[in-house]
Amino acid sequence: MSDATITAARRSPLSAEASSLGGVTLTPGAPLLRLILRGAEAAEAADTAFGADLPRRPNRSATAGERAALWLGPDEWLLLAPESDAASLPASLASALAQAPHALVNVSHRQTAILVSGSGVEPLLNAFVPLELTEAAFPVGMATRTIFEKAEIVLWRTGSAAFHIEVWRSFAPYVWELLEAVRRENAAN
Amino acid sequence: MLLIRCPVCEMDRPELEFRYGGEAHIARPLDPSKVSDEEWADFLYFRTNPKGLHVERWRHTAGCGRFFNAVRHTVTDRFVTTYKSGEPRPDLEALARKLESAR
Amino acid sequence: MNAPFRTEAGGRVDRARPLSFTFDGKSYPGFEGDTLASALLANGVHLVGRSFKYHRPRGLLSAGAEEPNALVGVGRGGRYTPNLRATQVELFDGLVAESQNRWPSLGFDVGEVNDLAPAGLLSAGFYYKTFMAPAGAWKSVFEPIIRKTAGLGVAPQEPDPDHYTHRHAFCDVLVVGAGAAGLAAALAAAGAGARVILADEQAELGGGLLSERGATIDGVEASAWAERTVAALRANPNVTLLTRAQCFGYYAQNFLGIVERLTDHASSPHPDLPRERMWKVRAKQVVLATGAIERPFCFPDNDRPGVMLASAARTYVNRYGVRPGSRALVFTADESGYAAALDLASAGLAVVCIAELRAQADGPGARAARAAGLAVHPSTVVTGVSGRLRVTGATLGAIGPDGRVTPGQTVACDLVLMAGGWTPAVHLFSQSRGKLRFDEERQVYLPGVSAQDERSAGACNGTFGIAASLAEGFAAGADAATKAGFAATAPATPDVKGEIVPAGGFHGAVPHHRDPQKVKAFVDFQNDVTAKDIKLAVREGMRSIEHVKRYTTNGMATDQGKTSNMQGLAIASDALGKPMPQVGLTTFRPPYTPVTFGAFAGHSRGLAFDPIRRTPTHDWAAAQGAVFEDVGMWKRAWFFPRRGEDMHAAVERECRQVRASVGIFDGSTLGKIEVVGPDAAEFMNRLYTNPWSKLEPGRCRYGLMLNEAGFVMDDGVIGRLAADRFHVTTTTGGAPRVLAHMEDYLQTEFTDLKVWLTSTTEQWAVIAVQGPNARKVLEPLVEGIDISAAAMPHMSLREGRICGVPTRLFRVSFTGELGFEVNVPADYGQAVWEAVWAEGQKHDMVAYGTESMHVLRAEKGYIIVGQETDGTVTPNDLGLDWAIGKAKPDFVGKRSLTRPDLVKADRKQLVGLLTEDPAVLLEEGAQVAAVATPVRGTPALGHVTSAYRSPAAGRSIAMALVAGGRARKGQTLYVPMANGAIAVTVTDPIFFDPKGERLDV
Repeated sequence: MSDATITAARRSPLSAEASSLGGVTLTPGAPLLRLILRGAEAAEAADTAFGADLPRRPNRSATAGERAALWLGPDEWLLLAPESDAASLPASLASALAQAPHALVNVSHRQTAILVSGSGVEPLLNAFVPLELTEAAFPVGMATRTIFEKAEIVLWRTGSAAFHIEVWRSFAPYVWELLEAVRRENAAN
Repeated sequence: MLLIRCPVCEMDRPELEFRYGGEAHIARPLDPSKVSDEEWADFLYFRTNPKGLHVERWRHTAGCGRFFNAVRHTVTDRFVTTYKSGEPRPDLEALARKLESAR
Repeated sequence: MNAPFRTEAGGRVDRARPLSFTFDGKSYPGFEGDTLASALLANGVHLVGRSFKYHRPRGLLSAGAEEPNALVGVGRGGRYTPNLRATQVELFDGLVAESQNRWPSLGFDVGEVNDLAPAGLLSAGFYYKTFMAPAGAWKSVFEPIIRKTAGLGVAPQEPDPDHYTHRHAFCDVLVVGAGAAGLAAALAAAGAGARVILADEQAELGGGLLSERGATIDGVEASAWAERTVAALRANPNVTLLTRAQCFGYYAQNFLGIVERLTDHASSPHPDLPRERMWKVRAKQVVLATGAIERPFCFPDNDRPGVMLASAARTYVNRYGVRPGSRALVFTADESGYAAALDLASAGLAVVCIAELRAQADGPGARAARAAGLAVHPSTVVTGVSGRLRVTGATLGAIGPDGRVTPGQTVACDLVLMAGGWTPAVHLFSQSRGKLRFDEERQVYLPGVSAQDERSAGACNGTFGIAASLAEGFAAGADAATKAGFAATAPATPDVKGEIVPAGGFHGAVPHHRDPQKVKAFVDFQNDVTAKDIKLAVREGMRSIEHVKRYTTNGMATDQGKTSNMQGLAIASDALGKPMPQVGLTTFRPPYTPVTFGAFAGHSRGLAFDPIRRTPTHDWAAAQGAVFEDVGMWKRAWFFPRRGEDMHAAVERECRQVRASVGIFDGSTLGKIEVVGPDAAEFMNRLYTNPWSKLEPGRCRYGLMLNEAGFVMDDGVIGRLAADRFHVTTTTGGAPRVLAHMEDYLQTEFTDLKVWLTSTTEQWAVIAVQGPNARKVLEPLVEGIDISAAAMPHMSLREGRICGVPTRLFRVSFTGELGFEVNVPADYGQAVWEAVWAEGQKHDMVAYGTESMHVLRAEKGYIIVGQETDGTVTPNDLGLDWAIGKAKPDFVGKRSLTRPDLVKADRKQLVGLLTEDPAVLLEEGAQVAAVATPVRGTPALGHVTSAYRSPAAGRSIAMALVAGGRARKGQTLYVPMANGAIAVTVTDPIFFDPKGERLDV
């Protein structure tokens, strides 16, 4: 849907810019192609077409190059891919999955990403996220929907000290501002 | 804040992620048109209210999104067990005996 | 300026860092490391407050969290905090504190007349006896007076300028309390590799070890050992040390609440620092090492300033380098009283004598005291003190073999210390739902059967003394680590020398020879409850301790009875002639000490209280001067006033312009759900009342959703994109509820259907273009879509592009005019909006908000779910039977529609109401009646659901739900209001273009 021919101005829901403070970097995510794939029977065909095996284990992710598949439910995956795939990937997935009952819905604009990284990332997120975030409890590659104070997010650990948050666009400023506030607090400590 | 084991995620997760969904194993009649007014009212409005073990529906709303069932003790507010939607109702008497002997 | 009662050396205050503070406007010196209490004592200030009921002068009783008397207000303006315990307020340079509950001054308080009132006036149960009659007097007379004279500090009037924060934390072992037992437990657990959190309410970790003098651990002073141990723990990356951190609550599944104070102790804290951080800790294992609280003695006038707990005096002299007086009388029933006497003597105070309540005075404490040349009198009690604002002397009495007291000598002293024994602090254990057991020998409650993964160590477990606490702490830490999955062994207990281990204790009222009706011997200092009150409560029939508590208010003040509950229980038990366990024990409830509202709120206040959801075109509307209204968490443009316009004028202009030419409206907040899968149509058949199987791709239909009880729960336009794909819209507020309702049926009832639901609410920006010129505005902008009347009829849907952006273009109307809703991916929403707006300028386009949207739809009789419905309204009530697929065998709610209650003829039905005077506007929610002045108690016929001034109708219009309303058309009904009834005529609920001719163009 989004492709290079569009000339209309695109406005991200987050106007903030990347910045570092107190050992934590906050970065608004670049636009991505985002697809929700539903239907357990379609997973196998999707593995090949997407290029990364869709995780069957709860709360896990799989990546291949710049593409990532996040398990959100037993028949639900969030597929992330670079914008440059926007023209081709939905169509190629749809044709690969034609024989298996499924639902494929483009949610590229529904949500946006906030990238949080740095040594202080766990205590920062734990100001609002009620899950244990040590690497033992929330290892690299784990992804799950959860609560961020009064917003719902998808939290995905992409590195030992790096998380990728997916949040619905109208909640993104709320999440960003709370992260910013606690980052200031922790830096002052 | 309680921890609730999600049988789908296979993890203990914080209560904040869940929503309560009322008593479990109240099946919607397969053909409602064949049900009398009294039976239909019973299905709509009447629920048990036990002191002790209660079988109820929960949904891991801010998690995997799945509905599942739980046995919760209404006096202690402790979750005794959780299981996936569609699995049979556990033997509550056996569970109660097990709890009693564990005390 | 030198503080007169400061010792020459010693203590843990930093004498190199002098500070200055004020109390009740007077300036005093102190040192870094002081508490407000220790600094006041160093300056000889004992009088710090007035009591709750009798306004008696009160001094410092304790040195810790249990303090009942020294409640002060600290700070200025919005930062003023009332009811802080001076014993816990850390001194900083410039601190401003004031006493409470006194007028005009602390030294001369008019309220003190209460203390002279006839006996019985303010005694137990006075709340219940005095204010019984006349009815109504409570609110108008008694309550205001009581609130004025009795009471604590005053809440600040300004908003709190501080901010507060939260942290979820997880650990293997949480240790609460950093005295000997807690430090040992943390060492043992951390040594085994466990992740440990050690929390203590004080600024410095060490607990009672910091108040020791003489005792050594492994050859060094106890306080030095504490320092060394804390340093070792701090160096361990697995250990989190929390100081100034009060664990206030123990909840299910080892979830504990801790409030960490971050800035209250600093004179100019970093502005980004929160004042407090609420830790929400989930611990695999917990070690409670919360210590014990010393019991005061209950004797006449035991509340005079200068009467103090012995352990507190010891803390002041040893830890803070402050002499709490010059001449001390020590009254003890416990070995620990002797330790205090010895330490005070070493600090240069005159110890007048030691009155030992017990008959035997030959324990280790007494022997050491005698060896130091102190006078010890066994079987001796204090029967009263002299001095009002400060103790000047005390009267002793001798307990004879028969238990009777004979008056003895009067001694001059300015300090009376009480060592009545120790009450283990079992609050957190009890909150954890653990079962307490009563220790017959020591007459105290101790942790019994655990309900959670915790264990207690040290004084809170009834284990007293440094050596024993260390040993038990090590064992507890090792046990906790082992149960958390680590291989742990308890380290060897270090060598402890020179300590006097607490032993002994006394419960109940101290016997005396005086007239019990004429003296006040306090049990609960903060609520002014005396021994006499508790005995009276028993005489008046209270049997359970819970009743005694409520009748006397013993233990119900902000200190929650830390120094009074056990004392009250002992006196009640004595009066009832029943052993303490049979009288019962009051419940220990969180919080252990008061917690600020700010700490609970955290960041959820002000603009961050809730997420504020803005649509993709919000900034455009704001720049146009839109006034916004809150709809759930959304900000929606309400109306767009031009200079000088009020809402009424703006809405009238907006509505007229839409019907005359064209308007643009932000519909982005509408809920959207994509229903996809081979069984999508069948799923829609079951969830909506309407039939969907035959709806062709490219067409739309108004959908009505019921709950199983047959009541309308949502509606919206639904478009079919393909055989297996529907674009469902819901109401703005109903979006999450509708999706959850659909998921519920899909996951738990209709599990046979292959169909999936995805929320697309925020994927699409929705730009509604409505009005006779709508097509003219869009025609030049769309690509690949023929939007002519012939090619794209009302209620159809096309995919294509607009301004180069992919779109789902709906031809729908919520105004009764020709209308389109342009859906574009949200990031492009504003760009496309601006392009439509620019094109619209050629056609006099107006931007309209939700208020005009409401008027335009009401003119057409279109309902709004939640306004025309309230959860008890059926499709038939609304006149929407046409939306029901009667041939469908089943849908959610269908069976209920034939239940007897839902087919009654007199159900409330949607009708229009026209006022006789077209200028009169009805009030939404107003009741509808058959007569102008109904008899009181007459049920209403119904109520007004919507009422507006209608530019199209040129008059006021209204919709209402009225019993049997459709049969009443043409009738005159009445809407009774405060200033007279308004006559109305019942009509159809359509006020404009009843045939719908403007839609089909």
